[in-house]
Formats: sequence, C-alpha cells, structure tokens
Amino acid sequence: MRTILFLLQKEFRQIFRNPSILRVILIMPVVQLLIIPLAADYEIKNINLSVVDHDHSSYSQKLTAKILSSGYFRLNDFSPSFNKSFSEFQKDNSDLILEIPSGFEKDLVRENKAGLFIAVNAINGMKAVAGSAYLSGIISDFNAEILMEWTPPVHPASVAGIQVVPSLWFNPGQTYRFFMVPGVLVILVTMVGAYLCALNIVKEKETGTIEQINVTPVKKHHFILGKLIPFWVIGVFSFSLGLFVIARFVYGIVPAGSLLLLYLFLSVYLVAVLGFGLLVSTYSATQQQAMSLSFFSMTVFILMSGLFTPVESMPVWAQWIARCNPVTYFMEVIRMIVLKGSTFPDIRHHFLIVILFGTVFNVWAILHYRKTV
Amino acid sequence: MSEVVFDRIVKTYQRNSIRALDDVSFSADRGSLFGLIGPDGAGKTSIFRILATLTLPDRGQARVSGWDVVKDYSKIRQVVGYMPGRFSLYPDLSVGENLSFFAALFNTTVQANYDLIKDIYRQIEPFKKRRAGALSGGMKQKLALCCALIHRPSILFLDEPTTGVDAVSRKEFWQTLGNLRKQGITILVSTPYMDEAARCENIALIQNGKILSINTPQKIAGEFPETLFAVRSNNMSGLLRDLRGMSGIGSCYTFGEFHHITFRQGIENPQKWLVGELESKHHHEIEFMQVQPTIEDCFIRLMKKDE
Repeated sequence: MRTILFLLQKEFRQIFRNPSILRVILIMPVVQLLIIPLAADYEIKNINLSVVDHDHSSYSQKLTAKILSSGYFRLNDFSPSFNKSFSEFQKDNSDLILEIPSGFEKDLVRENKAGLFIAVNAINGMKAVAGSAYLSGIISDFNAEILMEWTPPVHPASVAGIQVVPSLWFNPGQTYRFFMVPGVLVILVTMVGAYLCALNIVKEKETGTIEQINVTPVKKHHFILGKLIPFWVIGVFSFSLGLFVIARFVYGIVPAGSLLLLYLFLSVYLVAVLGFGLLVSTYSATQQQAMSLSFFSMTVFILMSGLFTPVESMPVWAQWIARCNPVTYFMEVIRMIVLKGSTFPDIRHHFLIVILFGTVFNVWAILHYRKTV
Repeated sequence: MSEVVFDRIVKTYQRNSIRALDDVSFSADRGSLFGLIGPDGAGKTSIFRILATLTLPDRGQARVSGWDVVKDYSKIRQVVGYMPGRFSLYPDLSVGENLSFFAALFNTTVQANYDLIKDIYRQIEPFKKRRAGALSGGMKQKLALCCALIHRPSILFLDEPTTGVDAVSRKEFWQTLGNLRKQGITILVSTPYMDEAARCENIALIQNGKILSINTPQKIAGEFPETLFAVRSNNMSGLLRDLRGMSGIGSCYTFGEFHHITFRQGIENPQKWLVGELESKHHHEIEFMQVQPTIEDCFIRLMKKDE
C-alpha cells in the first residue's frame, strides 16, 4: 500500500511537470467540445438553388419566394434556360435546379394541375436527399395553400385529411448539439484514458526506467495500479470539466438523469479504456508504435461507436463490430442518462458488458506484460 | 563461498538466430570484485540481465546469493543493486527525488543508508534540485550508483559504469568501488577498457558470448606464453605493413604508440635481425624493447586463437 502511494506521488509529479500532458488534459476537452458539436451539424442548410423560371407569373414568383424564405436554400442563380443552370451545376456551384415550365400558372388555374421539374446534384448524397425532400415539402405546402385559396372555406374539416403532428421526446427542439455534446465527452474520455496511459508506460520502456523498477521488489500489480490510478483521475477530471463547465455553460445541457449513475458508469468505463491502453503498451516497444497502434484502433472505435451514425442503421455485420466496441456502450449510456434520464435498470446490460470489457482488457494486458518483460 | 554462480548458461535472441551467451560458466566469491572484460557485443549485458532477473536464460542455471534467478527472483531483487549500462533514472525528476523514490521502493529512506552513499552523494549533492536529465555524464553515473546502493544491497551489478566517463571520474569511480568492497559488498562490474581490469580481483575475458579465460589479472598476464616486444619507427603505418609481411614475425598489432610483436621460433638475436630488415626497408628512428604483456595483449592473443 505504501509502495502504491510512492508510485502515485512520483507519477503525479511527472504529470504536473509535463506541459504537453497538462495541455491535453485542460485544453483538449474545451477545444473538442467547442468545435465539434457546432461544426459537425447534421441539419443541412445553405443548399444552393438554381431557378429556371419560364413562366414569370405571380404563382411562380410566390413559389420561389416561399422556397427562399424557408432558410434552407440560397439562391445561386436565376437563369433563363435550363442549360445555363446546368453549367452552374457542373461547376458544383449549385445543388438543385428547379425548373418552372411556361404556362405553370395557366395550367394550375385551368386544369387544376401543373408540373415542375427538379434536378438534384447527387455528388453530396446527404445534401441531395435532404435538399430534394425539403423542396418537395415546400412545394406540397404551397399546393395546399393554393387549394385553401380556391376552395371556399365552408367546411374547414374537409380541407385537411389526416394530419400528423409528431411529438418529439427527450430533445424537443431536435437540437443537434444536445445529441452531440455527450457523444464528444465520451470520445474525450476514451482518448485521454487510452492514449495517455499507453504512452506513459511505453515511455518508461523507452527510457529503461521500467527495468530499474523491475529489479526492485515492487510487484507487477503495484506498478500497474500506480499507472492506472493517475490516468483514471485525469479521465474523471477531464469529463467533469467538459460536463460541468462547457456542456452546462456553453450549451446549457443539464443531465436529466442521476449524476451518481453517470459517474458510476464513467468509473467502470475508464477501467476498461485504461486496460486497453495498458494492452497497447504491452504490444509496443516505442512511443511511436504505441501511438500508431492506438490511433488506428481509436479511429475504428470512434467511427463505429454511433457518434455520428446510429448503430441501428449500420449493416448487420457492422453492428456486430459496433457491439464489440466499448465506446458504443458509453455512447448509448451517456445519451440515455443525460437526455432521457434513464435509471440503473435501463442500463444494467451496458454495465455488465463494460465490466466484461474491463476484465478482458486488463487480464489480457497483465498476462501479456508478464510474458514480455 | 560463491555469491554469484553462472553455470553453463545459453541465451539466444531473435528466435535462436543470435547466440548472445554460449555455454558461459563462472563464479564470483562473496566480497570480491569480479570484472567482465570484453568488447561491445561480447555478451556482458546479457549476463547482467540474467543475474538481475530481467531476462531468462534459455539453458543453464544461475544463482545469486544462493537463490535461483528463475524461481527465487523476488528474493534476489531484495538484495541486489543493478546499474544498467544506459542511464535509466527518471530524467524529469530531480536528483533528490530519484534517490528518495528508489529508497521508498525498497521500503527504506535515504537517511537510513546515507553512510553508504555519502562519499559519492556528496559530489552531486550541490545539484540536488536539478533534474536528473540535465546532469553531465559523470554525474549521471554517480547518481545511478547512489540509486543502486540506496537499499544497502549485498551484491552490486554494474554494467559498463565508466563508459563515456572522463579519465578523472573513471579513476574516482574505481576508488569508490574499492571502498564499497571493503564494506563487504560483492561487486560484478563489466568494462570494455582493459586498463581497468587490473583493478579487479578476478576477471573473465569474454568474446562473442564465450569466456576466453578466467583468472586474476596478474595470472592472466603471466600466462602469456611468448616474449613480447615493442617496436616503433618514423613511419608507423608502413612499419605495420612491413612487419606483417615478414615471415619471422608471429603476431603484430598496434598498441598505443608502439606495435607489439612476437617472433616465430628459431630466430637468433631477433633484435639484430629485425633492425637490419627494417633499415633495409628505409625505416629510421627505430626503437625496440622487450615489454611486459598486459591483459590487453592476452586478450588479443586469445581472440586470435579463438578465431
């Protein structure tokens, strides 16, 4: 016990003397949380629209004005011919072309029916899908308005058929940030834990100090605990900094669920992540090797965790990979607790699985460490 | 009573492709100063790593203080002090912090064992607050020795402690080792410098993972079977070439300011013969004398025989 205290004292001394580690602990949470949730926004805005109006009627103008006032579209050009707009398309200046045929108003009034042409630039798939969906929505809205104008308001009920009003739970404003910030917190904790822990142990290998420690009576588990505890503390600190300072004051996120439960899960999760860092360190001889190894695995872990794309919409084989990824579980749990206010029974499976991960990583690392050193 | 026993040890690296130690046996008595002498890559560090329980031998048995290095490694770690060839203390901790950290790991304090390290530590104490990484080479070695001694070990393993250290510090270092020996500590030290070998009680000459000879430095030097001469002239490189071309010369190599040579059997009055030969080859200022063989001479002879 006394030995662990001395090891911890030494470890913290070294950490506080290392300016680059301090920067990682203090600045990384702030920068990550300020940049990523604001920049990586899934709501598609600023779709560039080309309008080709052959009709020049009041209806065609009304329609254009309605589209542009929605806030999703930006008028790129107003051109007399489709070909001219298409060249904008080819230059990638424009994402959508709306062509209003001549006689649009006439057909609409006379025959109660008119056609419109939409061309979509599908290079950016997400923008294409969202853009054409928004545009169709606005056009059908426009259609309904015109119908309202023409139909005498005798029976209001006859106008609307079935009206669907969605009620959004847990994130009523569908604010993307509320979904993203907890996710970024998870990434942060994962990176701090795995990277710092792996690099620190490998550094001892590089300088040869690990051998100097090995010829002392210090037990392997003392040494490993002396490494895990400091980085566990740092992980909890970084997480708290992100949660209580940035998430609360910048984004106004207050966890709906129990903080105690959240921190309990964080504690278990950090043990798993640190175990992973330990494992990486046992397979690397230099800091460079440890860096590449953890960078490669972290990228897979993060992209497969459901941070950006929901795990459920991945192909089945990819879902299996995501299920073998500890990050996925914390990603789900933090969103459940922070947004939904989930309680222990809701996340007890996640607890069990992360404890399993922690056990596997740490036992594997310790066994391999014994064999190599 | 043997404190350190190395019995027919074989150690290979990289899946048996490199044989670092090939059937090596030796033993060092309690309280003795035992030197492992050999060039870089001879296998000295492998011997220390096995004795310090940092690596396992492939075959053979090694004992330290009666404990087996494989089975009783934890007992050995209590009683040995190990100073690796490369500086392996924490460069970002200060001199004092390094020392008290290693004392703490052995459950002791710097004060409790201050008398043992006093002589060496006094020299680096003015820099107590300096980070270990910022010390000069010689001071790093002194700090490393202090850290290896701080738990009062009964056996000390020093892997090339004087490599890269200036001549004055080297001399001081060997004096320190002599003092430690007087306190009853068994010391195993390796060095590539032959001149330091004479300060050991027993030495083992090592080359390519094999032991060439084990004995006291005096006996090893006395075992040189031939008469050894030193020659020099105004043109040393030409002299070496010419000497090697002569059929009457047994061996010839550069040694400091002279070339050391031995003659083949059956040359009467070698001096007269050699000087005559050399003058005919336009050498001037020829000096010629008989010299006492040193350990280095023995080493070179053994190495050549081994090849």
